[in-house]
Amino acid sequence: MAGNRRKKHHFSRIHAFSCGKTSFKGDHSLIGGPGFSRVVHCNDPESFEASVLNYSGNYVRTTKYTLATFFPKALFEQFRRVANVYFLICAILSFTPLSPYSAVSNVLPLVVVIGATMGKEVLEDWRRKKQDIEVNNRKVKVHCGEGAFDYTKWRDLKVGDVVKVEKDEFFPADLILLSSSYEEAICYVETTNLDGETNLKLKQALDATSNMHEDSNFQNFKAIIRCEDPNANLYTFVGSLELEEQQYPLTPQQLLLRDSKLRNTDCIYGAVIFTGRDTKVFQNSTGPPSKRSKVERRMDKIIYFLFGILVLMSFIGSIFFGIATREDLQDGKMKRWYLRPDDTTAYYDPKRAAVAAVLHFLTALMLYGYLIPISLYVSIEIVKILQSIFINQDLHMYYEETDKPARARTSNLNEELGQVDTILSDKTGTLTCNSMEFIKCSIAGTSYGRGVTEVERAMARRKGSPLEEEVTEEQEDKASIKGFNFEDERIMNGSWDNEPHADVIQKFLRLLATCHTALPEVDEENGKISYEAESPDEAAFVIAARELGFEFYERTQTSISVHELDPVTGTKVERSYSLLNVLEFSSSRKRMSVIVRSEEGTLLLLSKGADSVMFERLAENGREFEEQTKEHINEYADAGLRTLILAYRELDEKEYIQFNEEFTEAKNSVSADREELAEEIAEKIEKNLILLGATAVEDKLQNGVPECIDKLAQAGIKLWVLTGDKMETAINIGFACSLLRQGMRQVIISSETPESKTLEKSEDKSAAAAALKASVLHQLIRGKELLDSSNESLGPLALIIDGKSLTYALEDDVKDLFLELAIGCASVICCRSSPKQKALVTRLVKTKTSSTTLAIGDGANDVGMLQEADIGVGISGVEGMQAVMSSDIAIAQFRFLERLLLVHGHWCYRRISSMVCFTLKMLIDKLG
Amino acid sequence: MPGSDSTAHRSKSRRPKYSQFSQQELPAFKLILTPGYVISTFIVVGLIFVPIGLISLFASETVVEIVDQYDNECIPKDFRDNKVEFIKNKQTNKSCTRTFTVPKQMKSPIFIYYQLENFYQNHRRYVKSRSDKQLQSKKNAAHIRECKPMGETDNKDPIIPCGLIAWSLFNDTYGFSVKGKDLKVNKRDIAWGSDKNYKFGADVFPKNFQVGDVGGKSLNSSIPLSEQEDLIVWMRTAALSTFRKLYGKIEDDLQANDVITVVVENNYNTYDFKGTKSLVLSTTSWIGGKNDFLGVTFITIGGICLFLAITFILLYVIKPRPLGDPSYLSWNRNSTPTPGR
Repeated sequence: MAGNRRKKHHFSRIHAFSCGKTSFKGDHSLIGGPGFSRVVHCNDPESFEASVLNYSGNYVRTTKYTLATFFPKALFEQFRRVANVYFLICAILSFTPLSPYSAVSNVLPLVVVIGATMGKEVLEDWRRKKQDIEVNNRKVKVHCGEGAFDYTKWRDLKVGDVVKVEKDEFFPADLILLSSSYEEAICYVETTNLDGETNLKLKQALDATSNMHEDSNFQNFKAIIRCEDPNANLYTFVGSLELEEQQYPLTPQQLLLRDSKLRNTDCIYGAVIFTGRDTKVFQNSTGPPSKRSKVERRMDKIIYFLFGILVLMSFIGSIFFGIATREDLQDGKMKRWYLRPDDTTAYYDPKRAAVAAVLHFLTALMLYGYLIPISLYVSIEIVKILQSIFINQDLHMYYEETDKPARARTSNLNEELGQVDTILSDKTGTLTCNSMEFIKCSIAGTSYGRGVTEVERAMARRKGSPLEEEVTEEQEDKASIKGFNFEDERIMNGSWDNEPHADVIQKFLRLLATCHTALPEVDEENGKISYEAESPDEAAFVIAARELGFEFYERTQTSISVHELDPVTGTKVERSYSLLNVLEFSSSRKRMSVIVRSEEGTLLLLSKGADSVMFERLAENGREFEEQTKEHINEYADAGLRTLILAYRELDEKEYIQFNEEFTEAKNSVSADREELAEEIAEKIEKNLILLGATAVEDKLQNGVPECIDKLAQAGIKLWVLTGDKMETAINIGFACSLLRQGMRQVIISSETPESKTLEKSEDKSAAAAALKASVLHQLIRGKELLDSSNESLGPLALIIDGKSLTYALEDDVKDLFLELAIGCASVICCRSSPKQKALVTRLVKTKTSSTTLAIGDGANDVGMLQEADIGVGISGVEGMQAVMSSDIAIAQFRFLERLLLVHGHWCYRRISSMVCFTLKMLIDKLG
Repeated sequence: MPGSDSTAHRSKSRRPKYSQFSQQELPAFKLILTPGYVISTFIVVGLIFVPIGLISLFASETVVEIVDQYDNECIPKDFRDNKVEFIKNKQTNKSCTRTFTVPKQMKSPIFIYYQLENFYQNHRRYVKSRSDKQLQSKKNAAHIRECKPMGETDNKDPIIPCGLIAWSLFNDTYGFSVKGKDLKVNKRDIAWGSDKNYKFGADVFPKNFQVGDVGGKSLNSSIPLSEQEDLIVWMRTAALSTFRKLYGKIEDDLQANDVITVVVENNYNTYDFKGTKSLVLSTTSWIGGKNDFLGVTFITIGGICLFLAITFILLYVIKPRPLGDPSYLSWNRNSTPTPGR
């Protein structure tokens, strides 16, 4: 415990909370009203008031059936198949004299068919049951009175319980954060299971409860929480906490969701507000849509057709039967006397020929029942199970590193794999490993770093140069440090000192070590330092700084401490910078800065950002290396790397004081445009910068991705990349994985232009939206013209569209145009797209082109897309299990897609269709 | 699924086990339909089928068959307008004489059939109206549930054999003579051996048969059912409404231009349902009775195969195309640029 004490810093300086001090306003007035009726008696779940409310327990059940409901429900499921209903009717009728053959021969096949499928259901449900049991029996510490906490099973948690969750544990229910081991009562939460984001989220408890750091504090703790009813919205929460007759507003900032994980925090105390089915994550989980393959749907149609023939045959037959029967006895004269029409039953009675005809119709339905292939369903089921086994057992799709074989989670889509037309792929974690590697940098106009990027390798491969082999060798001994793939003896191991611009290099590395928001984590055993950063880029920078001799090792509330290599003495010295302000990164600013005071007392503004915003902020005297640097970053971008520009500036005291005043004021103002105000002020100080250089980070592609994409393209399969990333990154990756190539003309549709920015700021939102839409439409039309006029010589087109434009492009009146353009393009990349948009694009492609779509992704943000596509393939990688759980087939690496589609898909499709055709042929034979 | 943390136990690897079966690496052979294979298959099939067809057709030609429809001619002129009355009247003389000449030499055995048309032995009610149990064994005499309405007499005595099929037993008889000499008709061994030995019991004797309502032929109640071959033949119901049933065999050769005189006892009522009755004399060959269909089919199929073979050869010579050319793939054919190509 003591070792971790030092982590209790005041982070409020680093993370500017926007909702820490909200007053009662807006939504909070709704509390108590309809939809906001929940009342939770904290720490008092046994009380009378609490028992009246009778909220459900924390037991969760994800199984489809229980013992009691299994038979009715499973049978109902079975008889949703039309053929089964037909056979059931036949089976019932076969007990009447109508039946042309014995009852057993009619009932037995039905029982076997239904029994087999139900058996499969039981097996599948049993697996889920086992998982439920595991989850329900996990243990968590719960306050059991007298300030003592004891382990309780998750299933026994009740609304109002106070729980203590420890580091790296999952939250057992939706909790309100009361306090944590940090004095500020903050905690870090990892929400990969919910939204697929790997970065840590910061939560902070109310001031009123934040001082309870010991178990014993809770002995007499009593509070009442009033909040909204259970709903599926992960990002909103409205409630209030009543403590000692005082009301405090609760926001999402205090809400800890079930299935997210506590990170970097020793423990937290929280009050359970939603349990079991009521938790947000369960409210969000919808049953996976049942997907059926095209072959199966086609087969259904064939069966309907056959059924039609059957009815027609029976109908015509019964008409003739009726006529013949009526004529058997006319005026007392028997025609077919050998049938004794004078002494007969209702089935053959000439006097009631119509009735006889109707009865005959039913008999005929049964008699020609061979037309409906009942065995086909069973055969298909068996064949598909075998095929799934083949997929699961394939050694070529087994990933040694994570010990994960491929897993076909549903067997009914196997043959669909052979018909895939369009693949919609997520980027992060699917195409890339989501690990950034610091690979190159340009300092003072000199480019350093000898690492070879994927793109360069891909180009080399295309040209057939021998570069490849030496690269792979190098790769092997470099793999030791994650996030660092930099090699250049000129600046490694402290030798930068001898470079011409040593002072610039020093500043460059110092900036890398200080300008960030990462947290160091010191391994107590060997003293090694690892970092916890909000984004992998940032981690790569700090790691690079560490490897190059500027080891960032401690962050306190006001300072950053770095072990620096001193060029004069050649030894490591500790330097501490007092951290004054953090000007945070945002997508509109595209840069972040810190203001620090060095030990010597100089005030430094250290800044890093995208080239588009940084170059214009350079001072006249800071442009010494501008030309070379620009050249380098263009080279880097061509090599598929993400680049950032690093620059700094020395501030004088007066300027800083003025800035700080304004900035603090802006931050503390209550107006709605607080953020904007702060941004504006920050903008004022982030100017006249002096350029240091640029960094290049490689977003590492997974193994074999370019090759796999190449193969798929040869097979005529289109690949669309739908990513949440920035456009620049997405384009980089497009180049890296040979989706985009030099010589391709890019049609870029973007709403991130300055004009649209100003439009957005304008008062009239609807007019702005209309104008934006018009602009998107215009861009689309221009793209379409380009497509129509294009001739082969100009090279293929690539469409790149950003999320905001996508919103408009997906509107009903525009989407056809968008789709036409997209289909005409050789590659499509959608960047900055939300999970919802991913799903919408998938649906658009699926329904409008009626081709088979396959979505592949690994994070929870891909779930919608996976469920919407004809086939959802989950990557069982690092980003939690959410995607895998909603996928139809799980594989460990993107490159396995090649074998999955081109080998298994092909075989499964061929085999299934031959089997269906053969069974139908047998059936016709039987009739003949 | 939320909350599930699949902890991979390193100790127990999930690596699939290798086997030729699970990796789908079992030795396999797949015939690729190259022009050579296809053409030679068609030629072989054609060369085999055409001769078979010719031989079958020839065999069918050697069969001599005489068909004589007598249902109309065997009604006296006075009754031509009311045939039903004639046939139902017990008093009328139902004998009639038919003569015809033998066109070609007929070698024994010559099979005698009667042929009925528009008689629905396959009617669902008719087919089911029999009791196999009762036919098989004496002890099952009371097994008449399926036999309605011909199960029992008015006195509730079970009829043996019961049911509509037995009741409507064909009862025309034929007497043959050539040049004034009677031809012996062998009526033994006209039923299936299995029927005689297993399905119709040697201890079952007709009882209460054709009492009251008389449908067809009566049976001698002192002869067991297994010996009643006419009944056994009749009880094997025909699948179509036009059918032939074996009446007997003539074990003498008939010479060409022999005039055969047949005395027909025209008893069976086909007039109610406008059916026809014919007498058929036929020899057999190795393909059975007269049947051109088989030969014609063989020749047709063989001919088509040869025709296709020739067509394919011509196509192959005139306009050959390489096998497995990827440029024929649908996405390569319509020249849209694809990524990676």
